[in-house]
Amino acid sequence: MQYIMIDSCAYNQDRIRFVALTPDDIKSIAHLARLGVEEDALAPLAADLSSMLTLVEQLQAVDTTGVEPMAHPASASLLLRDDVVTEPNQRETLQAPAPATQDGYFLVPRVIE
Amino acid sequence: MSWETVIGLEIHAQLATRSKIFSGASTAFGAEPNTQASPVDLGLPGVLPVVNKDVVRMAVRFALATGADITKRSVFARKNYFYPDLPKGYQISQMAFPIVGEGSITVTLPNGEEKVIGLTRAHLEEDAGKSVHDLFEGCTGIDLNRAGTPLLEIVSEPDMRSAVEAVAYARYIHSLVRYIEICDGNMQEGSFRCDANISIRPMGSETLGTRAEIKNLNSFRFLERAIDFEVERQIDILEDGGTVMQETRLYDADKDETRSMRSKEEANDYRYFPDPDLPPLVIDDAFIASVAATMPELPTKRRARFVETFEISAIDAQSLCSDKQTADYFEAVFEGQTFAPRLAANWMLGELFGRMNKEDVQLSDVPVSAAQLGKLISRVDDGTLSGKLGKQVFDGLWSAEGEVDDIIEARGLKQITDTGAIETMIDEVIAANPSQLAEYRAGKEKLLSFFVGAVMKASKGKANPAQLNQILREKLKG
Amino acid sequence: MHDKTLAQQAALLASGELKSVELVDHYLTRIERLNSNLNAYILVDEDRAREAAVAADARLQKGEGGPLTGIPIAHKDIFCTKDVRTTCGSRMLENFIAPYNATVVDKLNDAGVVTLGKANMDEFAMGSSNENSFFGSVANPWQHDRVPGGSSGGSAAIVAAQLASAATGTDTGGSIRQPAAFCGVTGIKPTYGRVSRYGMIAFASSLDQGGPLARTAEDCALLLQAMCGHDPRDSTSSLTDVPDFSATLNDDIKGLRIGVPEEYFAQGLEAGVADAVKTALAELERAGAILKSISLPNQGLCIPAYYVIAPAEASSNLSRFDGVRFGHRAENPQDLEDLYKRSRGEGFGPEVKRRILIGAYALSAGYYDAYYRKAQQVRQLVTNDFTEAFKEVDVIAGPTTPTTAFSRGEKSSDPTAMYLNDLFTVSANLSGLPGLSAPCGFSNGLPVGLQLIAPVNEEARLLNLAHQYQSVSDWHLQSPVAND
Repeated sequence: MQYIMIDSCAYNQDRIRFVALTPDDIKSIAHLARLGVEEDALAPLAADLSSMLTLVEQLQAVDTTGVEPMAHPASASLLLRDDVVTEPNQRETLQAPAPATQDGYFLVPRVIE
Repeated sequence: MSWETVIGLEIHAQLATRSKIFSGASTAFGAEPNTQASPVDLGLPGVLPVVNKDVVRMAVRFALATGADITKRSVFARKNYFYPDLPKGYQISQMAFPIVGEGSITVTLPNGEEKVIGLTRAHLEEDAGKSVHDLFEGCTGIDLNRAGTPLLEIVSEPDMRSAVEAVAYARYIHSLVRYIEICDGNMQEGSFRCDANISIRPMGSETLGTRAEIKNLNSFRFLERAIDFEVERQIDILEDGGTVMQETRLYDADKDETRSMRSKEEANDYRYFPDPDLPPLVIDDAFIASVAATMPELPTKRRARFVETFEISAIDAQSLCSDKQTADYFEAVFEGQTFAPRLAANWMLGELFGRMNKEDVQLSDVPVSAAQLGKLISRVDDGTLSGKLGKQVFDGLWSAEGEVDDIIEARGLKQITDTGAIETMIDEVIAANPSQLAEYRAGKEKLLSFFVGAVMKASKGKANPAQLNQILREKLKG
Repeated sequence: MHDKTLAQQAALLASGELKSVELVDHYLTRIERLNSNLNAYILVDEDRAREAAVAADARLQKGEGGPLTGIPIAHKDIFCTKDVRTTCGSRMLENFIAPYNATVVDKLNDAGVVTLGKANMDEFAMGSSNENSFFGSVANPWQHDRVPGGSSGGSAAIVAAQLASAATGTDTGGSIRQPAAFCGVTGIKPTYGRVSRYGMIAFASSLDQGGPLARTAEDCALLLQAMCGHDPRDSTSSLTDVPDFSATLNDDIKGLRIGVPEEYFAQGLEAGVADAVKTALAELERAGAILKSISLPNQGLCIPAYYVIAPAEASSNLSRFDGVRFGHRAENPQDLEDLYKRSRGEGFGPEVKRRILIGAYALSAGYYDAYYRKAQQVRQLVTNDFTEAFKEVDVIAGPTTPTTAFSRGEKSSDPTAMYLNDLFTVSANLSGLPGLSAPCGFSNGLPVGLQLIAPVNEEARLLNLAHQYQSVSDWHLQSPVAND
């Protein structure tokens, strides 16, 4: 990834940082997300994501020193449940949407460890 | 050059709850595949995690038992990676704000020395499911029964300097989590697993060497052997002028070696972030107090009390305090009884433990209750039973023949203490053995045991030995 | 009878003048006739709907019904419905039948509603135009070449075209309010935690919130009443008591202080939208409310913060769609990685992929602090702005969207231009506040929405104000369809 710094925009005196992701960047992020992306889709995605990141870059100009990150809008704390077994065996129902099962197992291609 | 070994352990203790950490599915071991996997455990669309209160209680218990800090506001975070036994594509764990913070414990090493080992943290997380590779042609089978089982990951400081110290630490934690009843400690079933971070450095060096992490050591013996192997391996590399790679390695018990699991290039980027489905876990003082109120007396304190109050040896006290259940059983045996607690210790360490070993059963499965054993000892103590007959009654209790007095009655084991009856039996034995009587009276006093045995046999073992002895001596004198 | 509001229909059902089976049949006939042009429904379940209508009539007959008993609605296809397909607008869930109901579905069923079917939506609720649905885009009933908004575009189009009495929706960055504005209906996103998220397929868990879309604020009050309440299956579910929303609809708004953020009327706002909103505000002032100019200085940062936080959460939430336990699975995977990559590559559409990628990137090593943590801090600043503002005013009002419904295809090639639709709506999600959109006029023949935002747990105030506005205006009664 590289940053291209350009000075000022017509409507904004601040320095705006444009972010340029490369097709290789997309490839490695797509691998992280286990998302199949066709070769010829990499460049358009790189362009789209770069413009999304450029939009997001405005955040960098904000002084957030000492501001607590807000993960959640709820001020309430976590409610806990009692330790009781409430879920019976529902294997048949719950495996109904599964694409591949055998003898009660979900199947995936052989994993080599 | 001489090398120093540096070891830190990460212990995964499976918390002994009935249901999972985020769902109401059972945590029982050994069920048919996927019969204990609820929609939440399967990560079906739209379903949400709800935290089990006992999981929080148990983590607080651990903190109280080790004196570690309790984080008043801890945060669940998602650890993102793809693997088929990880249904949601992320594991809910704790990262920046673990529920248990820093602490330390003091471990007694086999040579009697004491060693302080720091605890870095302990955090809550969910276990993954199980992949089965040898059941299906060309496929791996996924069983998610274990997915969502609560774990407390206990992380130590790199304070251990040898395999022996590491094992002593692991055993201490193992004993402690069982004692405070937050983990059953069953290593075969994977309820207690160790990962060891091992590095070496030149003796006297202050900086840490590059470490290797050895995964999934499920016995103390494997822990010791894996560390010994790994230390040798690293020394060989460094002495050959090489460098140790930071990597995850697996211990192969069959070959007694460690081998690399993942290459460094595949370094994971877990993208931890606070789980938006779970607001921060806030623990207030009242909650901590409620957990503290149910805390058992800790083993070290209890051992000392046993020695002091009940006049039993330090060794016996140690055995009786190996876990809470045993210690509780011991105290229950003599509760409300008049005999010396020492007798209860003798019976447990002798008859009870012997029988448990012989039949390979755990205390929880022993068919003799503490109250029954107490009653039995009281019957020996009050002379109703001889020690020997007591053991027969113990057999009866073990075979669930009923209560102590019923067994004595049914088996006809009541000791004969009626002087008249004993005298009659003695008279008959003496009358039947005139030549032995003559020899005895001529000075062959060894024959006393012959007469005792004969009378005891005539009484079918039920004559009170002390009375028998006394009366017999009188009669033999003539 | 479709031109009547839900409340009017409920009165007829209660008096016995109207049977639920008649009403349901009427809507089913309309759907049959009109849905093919609109594509607002992904699924219509006639048999179950008729069955439920019969049961509702029996309940009403015995005098056991409530205000929603026998009322036909549509559920956004993001709410899991037991035994009825739930697609979330995605090929990934083209054949997914959930083994459970969402809590919202259960609650509305308990109240006696009749579910006609599942409403079209942007895939996984990602979009502002309903052009991202695997099941095709949806037409705006006012002008078919316009988008209905999104992501609850199907729900809004159904209500506007009167193909159900009301519909459920979800709102992560404006997905109830923006389509409500574009289609000229009323929609409310309650306070975060008011409506259970259980069984509502997650997009961004800390922002998602379910709510109703209907013709009027009065109708929304009835629906919201049934949808709210603590759910032990959702750890973020609120414990706060739910007031009787209908009870305060007619409260006097005299003296109510309405804050008008100057930032909402900056450049980029369509003139016709600005005019309609200003006229509506003047109307409220005449009704006794006090208008006050306020400032939300960090308003401009909402979109950047949102487009970090929402994709970050989504990238993680959507990891469970891996082709193993449910959902689309690629044919003949060579190995595990191939299974993952092709199942997800084939199952997700382009916008979902973009957001998964940007989200994974924002959370990845080396970028977390610059993007994710920074966005969370800005989220706090945005929330602080509201806290300050609500010291001075009771409600904040402004346009729901910068423009009216745009043309289909106009923005689909430029994702970031599309995101600016959420300019005024995302702040309520970031801060967890209740927000409502009500029709307040037209610009170039297309509906304009008035957005009202209240402090946490003050939905009743929004519904009261909107109802009072609807008592003195008739924009909400205007309809793109003929009365029959």
